Amino acid sequence: MRKVYFDHSATTPVRPEVVDEVCTSLKENFGNPTSLHYFGRQVRKDVEAAREKVAAAIGAIPNEIVFTSGGTESDNMAIHGVAMSNKNKGNHIITSAVEHHAVMNTVKALGKEGFTITILPVDKYGMVSVNDVVAAITDKTILITIMHANNEVGTIMPIQEIAKLAYARGIFMHTDAVQSFGKIPVNVNELGVDLLTISAHKIYGPKGVGALYIRKGTRWKQSLFHGGAQERLRRAGTENVPGITGLGKAAELAMADLPKETEYLKTLRDRLIRQVTTKIDRVKLTGHPDKRLPNHASFTFEFIEGESMLLSLDMKGIAASSGSACTSGSLEPSHVLLAMGIPHEIAHGSIRITLGRDNTMEDIDYFLEVMPPIVDRLRAMSPLDQETEFASNGGCDACKSSGSCKS
Amino acid sequence: MYTEKVMDHFENPRNVGEIENPDGVGQVGNPTCGDIMKIYLKVNDDNVIEDVKFKTFGCGAAIATSSMVTEMVKGKTLDEALKISNKAVADALGGLPPKKMHCSNLAADALQAAIEDYMSKKGKK
Ligand SMILES: Cc1ncc(COP(=O)(O)O)c(C=O)c1O
Ligand code: FES
Repeated sequence: MRKVYFDHSATTPVRPEVVDEVCTSLKENFGNPTSLHYFGRQVRKDVEAAREKVAAAIGAIPNEIVFTSGGTESDNMAIHGVAMSNKNKGNHIITSAVEHHAVMNTVKALGKEGFTITILPVDKYGMVSVNDVVAAITDKTILITIMHANNEVGTIMPIQEIAKLAYARGIFMHTDAVQSFGKIPVNVNELGVDLLTISAHKIYGPKGVGALYIRKGTRWKQSLFHGGAQERLRRAGTENVPGITGLGKAAELAMADLPKETEYLKTLRDRLIRQVTTKIDRVKLTGHPDKRLPNHASFTFEFIEGESMLLSLDMKGIAASSGSACTSGSLEPSHVLLAMGIPHEIAHGSIRITLGRDNTMEDIDYFLEVMPPIVDRLRAMSPLDQETEFASNGGCDACKSSGSCKS
Repeated sequence: MYTEKVMDHFENPRNVGEIENPDGVGQVGNPTCGDIMKIYLKVNDDNVIEDVKFKTFGCGAAIATSSMVTEMVKGKTLDEALKISNKAVADALGGLPPKKMHCSNLAADALQAAIEDYMSKKGKK
């Protein structure tokens, strides 16, 4: 059976060049980069070469890159570290309602430790309004953390504008760029951020390794890990050398391929979105129509539940994901879709198709051939009254945002 | 994560659809995750379930348990049908993942609601 992987926001296959890099590191250079001797020095070189590659990919200087165990650790470390180091200045943190749990739960945990939290609403596209940020800033604000691109709906946030505001007020700005890095240009100076999170396994690198960019001069201290002096006191623990070299290679390759790949993915994505929304009834695109990741298409299908769609697709060899309650583990629909004002029962029918460099137009056509009968079959099984139920309330009333969408 | 039995009932659900002029109908919503199931019954004079159909909006486990419960009650008396527990349905499917056990409640609850509907209609006659 044809196998089609459409879940690149969850993780990506490791590129062969990256596998080679990791294998070389494992097989040939086993030393501890902290060691003084030959074995250590060899490995130190590899780690620093990887640091240079990652720095170059985001316009940073190598010293500003700290290697971590992935996106989750980078987010925790960034937020907690800024909070702890700036307690004397203030205790207010601003974030958005659509953050990844790695950010959301870190911020909420600080909320229980005496910090005041503002969780900004989003509009129906999942977009934070810059005006809302302005209104939320107080004299006590020390950190704004808002993701660059959303993992569930692909919306790209106005980070540059928000960071400008933060800078003008002397507030540190962190962004989670796990989903945007490698798909759209991510440059720390253009974005104007102080801290930025990336993760290797979303850019065809290995799992369990990532990096945190910390701008020189940022008041930040490691506040979670206690241990040795690795990573210039910023991240204790012997370095994950194979992972780090893999991340370096993956970042280098991603940068080389970026312009070409963005265009290619957009072509696939646009055909997918156009065809799905015309071929199938009562389907809506979730997320922003233009300001979205080039590889990201996400929909809600009325009257059917996401997990049953995923199972049906899986039986046809297609791998996708859903924000439905039944697939969430917590049995709550995605907090992102709910924050966008999408009602529970519609969020229940969400699916996400995230494309990657190995996908082809034939994959898209295969999906377009397979999906309509799946939808028909599941709708025929649905007890919902398809004439009267779900009378559309996706309009402006349902939208919890103040500003940005006046359309 | 699902057994072959579950996947079989998901892929080829038995007794999907509606019954025209049913003797009993039950619809329940799943409080845990918001799914919905509807069961239709045709009951003969000996209180035997002659026909049963279902419609479900829910996950794979919800669809499979719906299908299984209809298969289990067809030809049974109402008393026998009422004795079928959620666990019995899950067991007949070769088990469900722990997180999905609540889905089997949906099927048994809808069946119960349909039988109660039949009883109350009959009582009124
Ligand atoms: C936006 C975002 N942030 C953080 C993470 C977590 O990254 P990791 O899996 O490397 O911990 C993910 C991955 O799911 C993500 O999509
Ligand atoms: S019915 Fe929602 S998890 Fe099974």
